[in-house]
Amino acid sequence: MATAKSTRAQQTLPAASPKFDLVGGVREAGIAALIALVLAIPLLSERTVQEAGGLVLVSRWWLAFAAAGIVFAGRLALNLLQQSGRDARDGLSAVIGRNTAWLGDTSRFLAPGMLIFAVILPIFPFSDRYIMDLSVLVLTYVMLGWGLNIVVGLAGLLDLGYVAFYAVGAYAYAIIAVHFDLSFWVCMPIAGAMAALWGIILGFPVLRLRGDYLAIVTLAFGEIIRIVLLNWTDLTNGPNGISGIPRPTFFGLEFKAIGDNTFADFFGLTYSPLQRIVFLYYVILMLALLTCVVTIRLRRLPVGRAWEALREDEIACRSLGINTTNTKLTAFAIGAMFGGIAGSFFATRQGFISPESFTFIESAIILAIVVLGGLGSQVGVAIAAVVLIGGFELFRELELYRMLIFGLAMVLIMVWRPRGLIATRTPSVVLKDRKAIGADLVGEGR
Amino acid sequence: MEYFLQQLINGITLGSIYGLIAIGYTMVYGIIGMINFAHGDIFMVGAFISLIVFLAIIALGITWIPLTLLLVLVIAMALTSMWGWTVERLAYRPLRESFRLAPLITAIGMSIVLQNFVQIAQGARVKPLEPIITGGYALMERDGFVVNLSNIQILIVTTTVVLMTIFSLIISKTSLGRAQRACEQDRTMAALLGVNVDRTISLTFVMGAALASVAGLMYLLYYGVIDFYIGFIAGIKAFTAAVLGGIGSLPGAMLGGLIIGLIETFWSAYFSVEYKDVAAFSILAIVLIFMPSGLLGRPEVEKV
Repeated sequence: MATAKSTRAQQTLPAASPKFDLVGGVREAGIAALIALVLAIPLLSERTVQEAGGLVLVSRWWLAFAAAGIVFAGRLALNLLQQSGRDARDGLSAVIGRNTAWLGDTSRFLAPGMLIFAVILPIFPFSDRYIMDLSVLVLTYVMLGWGLNIVVGLAGLLDLGYVAFYAVGAYAYAIIAVHFDLSFWVCMPIAGAMAALWGIILGFPVLRLRGDYLAIVTLAFGEIIRIVLLNWTDLTNGPNGISGIPRPTFFGLEFKAIGDNTFADFFGLTYSPLQRIVFLYYVILMLALLTCVVTIRLRRLPVGRAWEALREDEIACRSLGINTTNTKLTAFAIGAMFGGIAGSFFATRQGFISPESFTFIESAIILAIVVLGGLGSQVGVAIAAVVLIGGFELFRELELYRMLIFGLAMVLIMVWRPRGLIATRTPSVVLKDRKAIGADLVGEGR
Repeated sequence: MEYFLQQLINGITLGSIYGLIAIGYTMVYGIIGMINFAHGDIFMVGAFISLIVFLAIIALGITWIPLTLLLVLVIAMALTSMWGWTVERLAYRPLRESFRLAPLITAIGMSIVLQNFVQIAQGARVKPLEPIITGGYALMERDGFVVNLSNIQILIVTTTVVLMTIFSLIISKTSLGRAQRACEQDRTMAALLGVNVDRTISLTFVMGAALASVAGLMYLLYYGVIDFYIGFIAGIKAFTAAVLGGIGSLPGAMLGGLIIGLIETFWSAYFSVEYKDVAAFSILAIVLIFMPSGLLGRPEVEKV
């Protein structure tokens, strides 16, 4: 602790290391390469292959040495960068900070800019089916991120099982729609209410828990819901999932090539599958914006202020007479409601759902979007969703490696910008003039 | 009665494996107060390293099983410790002074990285291994139901007891253990008194990873099949065990592991196999709600 601070202090001295210490750099890189070699030898260089007589090993020594070589080069480059005046990590974070500082400064213009871009996106010539599908996916995560942001960013309750509400919403919609033949627009509020109810049911027992304990219990609840969905075959059809979920309609007009009451017929257009996707795009855009607007408005209400007060200091809250039980439950319920609505949208968009779609990794991705974007920052969450989900999609060619790259990116972004991409926050309550403050000044919750 | 006894034996065996993983969680949580989310995957890495080292030793022509197993144990402990150390160095140390959510996110990231690295390097298929240790003792027999205590179960429980004793002695008697307990109480004060905090924390991760690799080897020997995904569920259950026993307490972790193992085994035996994880997780929630400091843990004092 103390040592870390003192080394940091030394590095900020301008003339700490005026000339290159190449030998030291090579030695450090050599040690790193040696460690990489030791790490790579059993796991990377030997592959276990199933053969007729049992498992056998296939050696691929070159891989271990290649890994060591890459680490050597990388560490040496980092070291030389470090020696060229400043700590590489500080340097890189400063570079990223410089390049993303305008995000915070201009977020006043950035948010409307992004909004206008999102609204007119479908009319751009490059917006083909692929781009629109991807945009729908990104916006789903933006909505989930904003929903979770209420729980984690505003109320400071760390929820690792958010995907449970997403699943409840999706299954609620799918089951009601398939069994009772109701339209998406009727079922969506029901799905949201169901998810909110589950938010309260799950939130109630964990009221006394804080911090990591809360995280692990919510994670356990997420897993319990997935296991129940997997095994309650009568209701959920188990691992086979539910198929044939009805698609949404535009005021009763369906998106079909042939039929009596289709969208294309009514407006005298030639049918194109893109019409349905563009419609879905606007639906999710609207739902996401609804989440955002509700969040922004709630922050001005007593309940929103109570959330933020709770995040900053629970004991102070209690002594000032805030009902922490109600405050926590409303945060859970409202966050869960938006998760459920996003889930019902997911179900109607896919037409098929199964427990496979609601694993822990989804919760982790949504939480990563919220934390990487900057807890409590609406614009940051949107940017992080675009970066993470879009970036994930960029590596589609590398099917096998993209999850690895995704994990590495999570670690690297977090190490460089622990407070998220948007490092400034706008306080809800101000004395004189409203101005952005550093993210470090905002409590992280417990 | 015989059925009950058999389940008791099976439950204690499973509980020993959970206990070994739980120690890693409890030590790390005790010293830096974070959930080392990647620890379950360190256990998985340990199982894979054990498998590879075992196959390599067999290929070298050493066929005397006790020697083979001892070699696998030592090599796997050493190599897996290296992984534990590296994860700490890369993902947690840079965020030591940062806010609390940051290391949790990097831990989840590291967990994803380890899982996918092993999946790429070793393939997604399950790796079956023929039983190495066979045989056992029939304890009692009635109406054709035999209560078996297999050699592998004896090995697992003995190894766990021996390692637990060794590690308890390290914590309570050596200077390293003293440094760890000092860091647990107050890191700044420990640093002022000359304890190398970074090194102590690194060694905590190394010890946790070494025990997780033993758990990995035992899992491999007991179930005979591993894949890259075993770390997630085992990790959560081991964390449950650590919390149940009282986080920060070594005997608590072992006790919690045994209880979780027994609950899971009895639930599968008498109720349903599908919902055994639900039983374990419900226990976690119930314990945390009614007894937040666990069975053997110290209650957390709330300071204003």
